[in-house]
Amino acid sequence: MAVTVDDVRHIAALARIGLTDERATALVGELNTILQHMDVLAKVDTGDAPEVGGIGASGTPLRADAGPPIPLAHSGESFAPSMRDGFFLVPRLSTHE
Amino acid sequence: MNAADAVRESLEQAESVGAGRDGLNILLYQNDKQAHREAAELDARDATPGELHGMPVVIKDNLATLDLPTSCGSRILEGYVSPYEATAVRRLRDAGAIVIGKSNMDEFAMGSSTENSAFGPTKHPLAPDRVPGGSSGGSAAAVAAGIVRIALGSETGGSVRQPAAFCGVVGVKPTYGRVSRYGLVAYASSLDHVGVFGKTVDDAALGLQTIAGLDPLDSTSAAEPVPDLRAAATGGLTGVVIGRPKEFFPPDLDPRIRDRCDAALEHFKRLGGEVRDVSLPHTTLAIESYYIVAPAEASSNLARFDGVRYGLRLGGDGLDAMYEATRSNGFGPEVTRRILLGTYVLSAGYYDAYYRKAQQVRALISRDYANVFASGVHLLFTPTTPTTAFPIGSKSDPYEMYLSDIFTCTANLAGIPAMSLPIGRVDGLPVGGQLMANYFDERQMFAAAFALERALGEDAHR
Amino acid sequence: MSAETQWSDRFEMVVGLEVHVQLKTATKIFCRCSTDFGAPPNANTCPVCLGLPGALPVLNEHAVDLAMRAALALGCKVNATSVFARKNYFYPDLPKGYQISQFDQPLAVDGCVQIGARADGSPIMIGVTRLHMEEDAGKSVHDRFPGATAVDLNRAGVPLAEIVSEPEMRGSTEAVAYLHAVRQTLEYVAVSDVSMEEGSLRVDANISTRPRGEPKLGTKTEIKNLNSFSGVRRALDAEFVRQCAILDAGGRVEQQTILWDERANEVRPARSKEGSHDYRYFPEPDLPPLVLSLDHIDRIRASMPELPDARRARYSTDYPNLTPYDIEVLTAEPALGTYFEQVARASDDGKAAANWVLGEVLGALKTTNQSISHFTVRPADLGALVVLVRDGVVSHSAAKQIFGVMTRTGDPPARIVERESLGKVTDDASLIGWIDEAFAEHPEESARFVAGERRLQGVLVGHVMKKSNGRADPKRVNQLLLERAAK
Repeated sequence: MAVTVDDVRHIAALARIGLTDERATALVGELNTILQHMDVLAKVDTGDAPEVGGIGASGTPLRADAGPPIPLAHSGESFAPSMRDGFFLVPRLSTHE
Repeated sequence: MNAADAVRESLEQAESVGAGRDGLNILLYQNDKQAHREAAELDARDATPGELHGMPVVIKDNLATLDLPTSCGSRILEGYVSPYEATAVRRLRDAGAIVIGKSNMDEFAMGSSTENSAFGPTKHPLAPDRVPGGSSGGSAAAVAAGIVRIALGSETGGSVRQPAAFCGVVGVKPTYGRVSRYGLVAYASSLDHVGVFGKTVDDAALGLQTIAGLDPLDSTSAAEPVPDLRAAATGGLTGVVIGRPKEFFPPDLDPRIRDRCDAALEHFKRLGGEVRDVSLPHTTLAIESYYIVAPAEASSNLARFDGVRYGLRLGGDGLDAMYEATRSNGFGPEVTRRILLGTYVLSAGYYDAYYRKAQQVRALISRDYANVFASGVHLLFTPTTPTTAFPIGSKSDPYEMYLSDIFTCTANLAGIPAMSLPIGRVDGLPVGGQLMANYFDERQMFAAAFALERALGEDAHR
Repeated sequence: MSAETQWSDRFEMVVGLEVHVQLKTATKIFCRCSTDFGAPPNANTCPVCLGLPGALPVLNEHAVDLAMRAALALGCKVNATSVFARKNYFYPDLPKGYQISQFDQPLAVDGCVQIGARADGSPIMIGVTRLHMEEDAGKSVHDRFPGATAVDLNRAGVPLAEIVSEPEMRGSTEAVAYLHAVRQTLEYVAVSDVSMEEGSLRVDANISTRPRGEPKLGTKTEIKNLNSFSGVRRALDAEFVRQCAILDAGGRVEQQTILWDERANEVRPARSKEGSHDYRYFPEPDLPPLVLSLDHIDRIRASMPELPDARRARYSTDYPNLTPYDIEVLTAEPALGTYFEQVARASDDGKAAANWVLGEVLGALKTTNQSISHFTVRPADLGALVVLVRDGVVSHSAAKQIFGVMTRTGDPPARIVERESLGKVTDDASLIGWIDEAFAEHPEESARFVAGERRLQGVLVGHVMKKSNGRADPKRVNQLLLERAAK
């Protein structure tokens, strides 16, 4: 299974990472080199091995439906790139222009 | 010792070794005033001093702290100050520790050399042309340079043990679930652990037992009672069976590292332990399994860095342009590579071949350990790393770098506790020996570590 | 003839529905923030629901219990082990870049909902494929600031149950009937406010079209942005027409997302990007599997109230005088049926209780804009009023007056009767006095009546009742009138 430049473009779009043409081309080689090593897994007989490896077999803990909320030491204004009237502001989505 | 003096000495040592960005680049952020103030407050307090009263500590830059930034060695979080505190950090501070700085790391803990930090590499305190290991290289170096006795790091594939080995300090990764991950910025959630560096085994034991224990804020944290690890210092090794897994001693292993390990095993025998040859056959698939599971989870965990609520925001002409500009400039090349790799192995049509398969292989690796422990083996002993600290810039091929984790990442895949401690030097560079134990059997592991440390004496650093 | 009925001779609409309901918890599904509406933007947020670096989810037990109730009420089998999964996509109001949901191992599977009966009387059953739990996203506001989208994460992390049906509804009428049945059931088990207007019930519809007689399903489209049950009906009909026209022209329906434009009353395909998702689901590593003990599931099962179908069946046995329509209306919402039963029990007269509830009570609720659960007239008091009528203490018309006072004051009827002297008057002296007055005021009618024109008797009774403010015992008045005519 070799990755193509179209694959790289597709996954970069899914991951919302912008790539220059050179970077995209370079990544084809880099990812294929890594994935080549991974192909060894395909040959392993995994039989009935479960997919999730061993964590929390006894089940997720459940908490009571009650507060108080975890407090914030400082408010959104201190870490948000853009905030107004309590809202986080982002550039408008093109479909809503 | 009073807190004010301890903090002053620690900060003086940081100054004298050049721990700052223009020196060894061990500490990314310091707030000396705050540290002095906390020390003075502690000293003035009437209450019984905590176990770590006045003890200066260094925290890896991916653990949330209230008064210092938490930037994960990344441009995308540069200057971000968390509005809440990680459980492990809070527990240290509740016990009287004082955070004197945040340590450098490979960006988002992705790397084995601390060269992937957006803020430049950390230099090895004993050999500044070499790497300290990674990703928790800054914390390992802080302990090695004598700035602190205890530092927190994090592990996903060996990021505490490997730099501990390179720097000649003790590094421990507990059982998955033993220490809360709340406030540890996630790289690969099912593999991530908070770990502890110590100058000595006792320092590591003290640090670990302070931060361990159930946390209702982490659904994967365990309700297991926390043993007194420091009390393990007095036990012997009579009747303890130590396995020597052959997969960790391949024919091409550096013979000088092999010799150090064999010498350590001889000590175990002399102390009353039994050394037994064992096999963990799926170890050879660990790197491959690891480098699918970890990037897959990372691709999802790092989606939250989108420029909307915190951290870097670039671009501005429309939402999609903002996302792409922020993320492509905010993440470094290795992080980008792993996000894309992880996105690929989870994407439609590839999930079964890669992600599902890798998780199944992971289950086989866990089963290997279960079998070996069920056969009467109590502990495993191996080299921590296949090499000593390598020169900065010497590993340009990503996959070659991934192989640095070859002896460490199985413990993350299985979730068992493991630690590295110094067992001597090769060409003046530290060599680490690794102990692994069954789930939640940190006490047994520490008992062996205390015994070996005592037996080696000065040889551990020669 | 509407456009869709023109096509429906030749084509058949097949619908599957995804219903999201907000579960009525006090706090969010994975953190302890309040679920209250109306707080200032981002006031109900914390490190977890803001998706801050390092924060982790912890599951709310009550959300699990409510989802289980919903699942059991819809006839689903609850899985002993279910697995949370991450659904990965970018959107400004999705703080973590993924939604914690359930994917291949949902909370519950294999339910069914009855939506009425076919012409031959056989029930129409719609399969419920699955019910799973997930967290809601935040809210994006596009029209508040020029050029910017404003994000409010108060809703992010509010617990939802998603109920996915089989594609088994033939036509928009069945689809709407299914929605009514699901909403009614969820209302009975009190897991959600199920209000589409307030957003606590949301619907996406999958619709495909095939030539009649064709066993294979056509390509489906997914309609989003549905805001009301009537919107669902109109959107399905509009999309059916669109698909029929494509098929009729020999074209192929493209699998895509369709947006319903309520104002323009039309459907339009969403921009292709919104439809082409690769969500890269994988098990949520921050949450171990949800493991439910049999005890836990049984405890929820044991706490289940009576469901609508069972209640309808019981009413038709327990209250044989009720018509199917009476039963339908009485069971439409659980509180109304409960009220009715309390009145029936207090009065020991099901039919009279039903008449009062279906007539006066529903009327009063409407005019006073009250809900049955907060109605001023207590069911025991209404039962007492029914008894007063039956025992002849008050007349029926006086009873209506008394009920009017009860709706205003909430007083018990006996007190009103006493206070306002509305008890039935049966003593001849008073009655004859009123009859005398009535005769004096209506001499012509009285004369004709006495002369033998018996059909005027009712008119005269009416005059007497009026004189007495409805308190005169009509039975005795009739007797006295006849006695007077016979003289």
